[in-house]
Amino acid sequence: MSGVVLQGIGKRFGDVVAVDDVNLEIHDQEFLVLLGPSGCGKSTVLRMIAGLEDPTEGTIRIGARNMTDVEPKDRDIAMVFQSYALYPHMTVAKNIEFPLKSRNVPKEERAAAVKAASASLGLDELLERKPSELSGGQRQRVALARAIVRQPEAFLMDEPLSNLDAKLRVQTRAELVELQRRLHATVIYVTHDQVEAMTMGDRIAIMEAGVLQQVDAPQTVYDEPANLFVARFIGNPPMNTITGTLGREGDQLVMTTAAGAAPLPPDVAAAAARDGVELAVLGVRPEHLLIGSEGALEATVTVIESLGHERHVICHLADGEMVIVRQAADVTPPAAGSTVRVAAAPEHLHLFDAETGLRVRP
Amino acid sequence: MTEVGAAQGIDLAIEGPEPEAPRRRWFKRERREALLGLALVVPALVIFCAFIFYPFLKNFELALYRTAPFPGLPDTYVGLDQIRDVLGSSQFWNSLTITVLFAILTVPIGIGLGLGLAVLAHQQLKGVAVYRTIFSSTVATSVAVASVIFGTLFNAQVGLLPWLGVDPKIPFLENPNMVLGVFPIALVAVAGVTIWQNLGLSFILMSAGLQAVPDDLLEAAEVDGAGSWSRFRNVTLPMLSPTIFFAVIIGGIFAFQTFGQIDLLTQGGPDEKTNVLTFFIVDELRGQKNAGKAAVLAIALFVVTLTLTLFQMRFLEKRVNYER
Amino acid sequence: MSASPVPVDAALLTETPRDAVFFRQTKARRRRSLRTFGRYTLLSVLAFLVLFPIYITVVNSLLTPEQIASRPPTLFPTDPTWGTYGEAWNTGHLGEYLKNSFIMTGIIVFFQLLTATLAAYAFAFLEFPFKRLLFVVFLATLMVPFEVTIITNLNTVVDLGIYDSYLGLAIPFLATGFGAFLLRQSFLTVPRDLKDAAALDGYGHLRFLARVVVPLSRPTMAALAVFAFLSSWNQYLWPLLVTKDDKYRTVQIGLKQLRNTNIDQINVTFAGVVIAIIPLAILLLLFQKQLVRGLTAGAVKG
Repeated sequence: MSGVVLQGIGKRFGDVVAVDDVNLEIHDQEFLVLLGPSGCGKSTVLRMIAGLEDPTEGTIRIGARNMTDVEPKDRDIAMVFQSYALYPHMTVAKNIEFPLKSRNVPKEERAAAVKAASASLGLDELLERKPSELSGGQRQRVALARAIVRQPEAFLMDEPLSNLDAKLRVQTRAELVELQRRLHATVIYVTHDQVEAMTMGDRIAIMEAGVLQQVDAPQTVYDEPANLFVARFIGNPPMNTITGTLGREGDQLVMTTAAGAAPLPPDVAAAAARDGVELAVLGVRPEHLLIGSEGALEATVTVIESLGHERHVICHLADGEMVIVRQAADVTPPAAGSTVRVAAAPEHLHLFDAETGLRVRP
Repeated sequence: MTEVGAAQGIDLAIEGPEPEAPRRRWFKRERREALLGLALVVPALVIFCAFIFYPFLKNFELALYRTAPFPGLPDTYVGLDQIRDVLGSSQFWNSLTITVLFAILTVPIGIGLGLGLAVLAHQQLKGVAVYRTIFSSTVATSVAVASVIFGTLFNAQVGLLPWLGVDPKIPFLENPNMVLGVFPIALVAVAGVTIWQNLGLSFILMSAGLQAVPDDLLEAAEVDGAGSWSRFRNVTLPMLSPTIFFAVIIGGIFAFQTFGQIDLLTQGGPDEKTNVLTFFIVDELRGQKNAGKAAVLAIALFVVTLTLTLFQMRFLEKRVNYER
Repeated sequence: MSASPVPVDAALLTETPRDAVFFRQTKARRRRSLRTFGRYTLLSVLAFLVLFPIYITVVNSLLTPEQIASRPPTLFPTDPTWGTYGEAWNTGHLGEYLKNSFIMTGIIVFFQLLTATLAAYAFAFLEFPFKRLLFVVFLATLMVPFEVTIITNLNTVVDLGIYDSYLGLAIPFLATGFGAFLLRQSFLTVPRDLKDAAALDGYGHLRFLARVVVPLSRPTMAALAVFAFLSSWNQYLWPLLVTKDDKYRTVQIGLKQLRNTNIDQINVTFAGVVIAIIPLAILLLLFQKQLVRGLTAGAVKG
């Protein structure tokens, strides 16, 4: 097992740039999630790693060897497709055996490997069935067994959970992570679901419009989003973003918004001044906002959503921007239609340059 | 009233006279629908009965009568004798053999060529659409067109085979020799014409089948390490098996209905070496004016075609993979 | 923003110089373009072989008999003899034959569509006694080869007095089990809700059929029409039996006639062949998609 390195990877389809200058290193035995909305290029990157598409530029290394022009079958990778792509006319056993047969592995070795893979995924009783006789979850396990039977350098997974119902998805998520740990496998996992990314990945690589936005551990991505896109994409309900301008109030740098003036932490303020930021976006997560009598920002409560264990208070600022506040269920909710003051601790405030979208880093 | 109902405090007592319900016509509607349904089906049914079922059944009656050698004389009822005579004749068995040989020649080669062309034209090459149109183009030719073209090409005196340096003294269509000791050369020539003419249809059919092979299955096989030939054998062919099966059944049925080519090219000769069943039937009907014998042959044709189709469905369908 | 903030191991970068990577890429690319060239060559050779007979036909239709007989053979008409077409059309009666074919085919296509549409509607939307049995009967018609019915059909047509007429040419083909089957499948995909909505709006069955079902099934009906056109235009056996002279002869039988009267004038025969092909060639070019659909219905699942 070893890592995968993408250098300057790009892909163009005619005039359309699907992937633009992606540099990414996936460490050995890492579970890396490629996350992004539909059309962001994540599947294209995965297919290029697999060799199903050729990059227009850049190189791909798998296990320190340059694999950019190598056929998929020689790249020592295995792939789990979104639709599972099981051979419908073959039994489960033959499906799992196929990759070994293609490589002319001798019969006894094949049988042993199939047995091991099948036991690993609890498929022993299903070996003689055809895919059409299996449930969605079972089919997925067959696809996984077919992938692990060769013990490849890396596993590529293209949204493998999206065809499962919600309950099964949660269960399978945990099983996949456990499988990866057990096999000490390197996994590159593509998804548009940020919950999967947060719960499964050692690191998350977020893409948008063909460009890599940020690559970090889940908690880091959550606490320190590199730009506005990442900030809004991760987290549910999404991070609140309030536009405003930076100016001085006395000796303090202050952010003036439609809801009032928000004081900034000194290091962020200094960085903003240093970078010459004028138009900015203030970001703060719903769970970090407090509704009280003192607070820098003023908002009107429009809708209160009660979820049982918590409450989402949806407010609107004077200029129409929406702010969501998360409250525990036992806190007294404000009245709908009332005007409230909202506050947040300075360390929970994020500042983004409105023009570049980048986070202002001290 | 249930507990839930009671909990909501619903009051069931209605006051005042009951409002008048609109007129119900359920019974009449079913009757009208049934009549309409039958009426819509009747036009087609009339044609079917008059021109398919009645003629089919009438054959059985005609087969029992030996047609008079001169028109105007009555036909004699001979019962099953005529059937026995005709089906026992060497002429019939020759015809049946020739028809089967013809099918063996045209169906597998036709499907194989169509499949080969379809695979070649299925690639992502620029301008491949032009090739696809060319390969399907023989669909625009009819049996008559193909036969007239090739018939002229094969003709010894005015033909164009001399172009290619073929000895003009022994043209295909009058050659009494045999290929492989089994196939008369004339039959092979007619089969060649048929295969060419059917190429367009075979290509279109196989192309459509290829389109239906899911891309991700082929990609999975690629990642699993299968080379092009292995992918073709293990993924494409099994996925194509319904289409191939259909082509074999339909091809077989059409092969047994061959008429035009024989009429235009060989007229059943030389020496009855291309006397396929349909030509035999038409020749007896029009040429020999022997309707009784023709009827027997027609029944034989039906039985043979049906048997062949059922046989194929029984034994071949097992190997067809319908899973998706 | 183009560069991502992820540091890539510098050591790996220096391991393979850019030139080596570039060279490896062009070698692979060259291998690939050689393969592509090979593919185009193969395709072209096969295309030539398939088109060859038609090419010969067109070329020879424009040559004189001397040119045809010349050795080495004339491969391209440098001085085309267009007169052959005129002769095929007039003396060869090909113009009349074309007209007859068009009329016969027109009648058949129209009635096949009509009977198939009505029957398919009944099978798809209505309940009536013996419905299942009748559908089996419709399918059973596909099992009886046409050649088995010709003996009696000929007599019937003579008895009805329509031997050697347009009606005689068309009548056995006015209905088709295949058409009813195909259209029924298509009609079944019309959502039930539409029928109910139409009923509420006051549409009876026939209005619903004409205003909703037919427009929705237009692709399949077009496919059926093209398929019916193709198969009737190419009919050989029945027109041969049912016509006795040039008056009602169709193009396919006409070709036989043309060939027999022009044994030593192949160019005229070939001109006739070209004229016979042209309508279908136009059909194929214009309606390729519908044609494919009609021909492959039933063959491909999904």
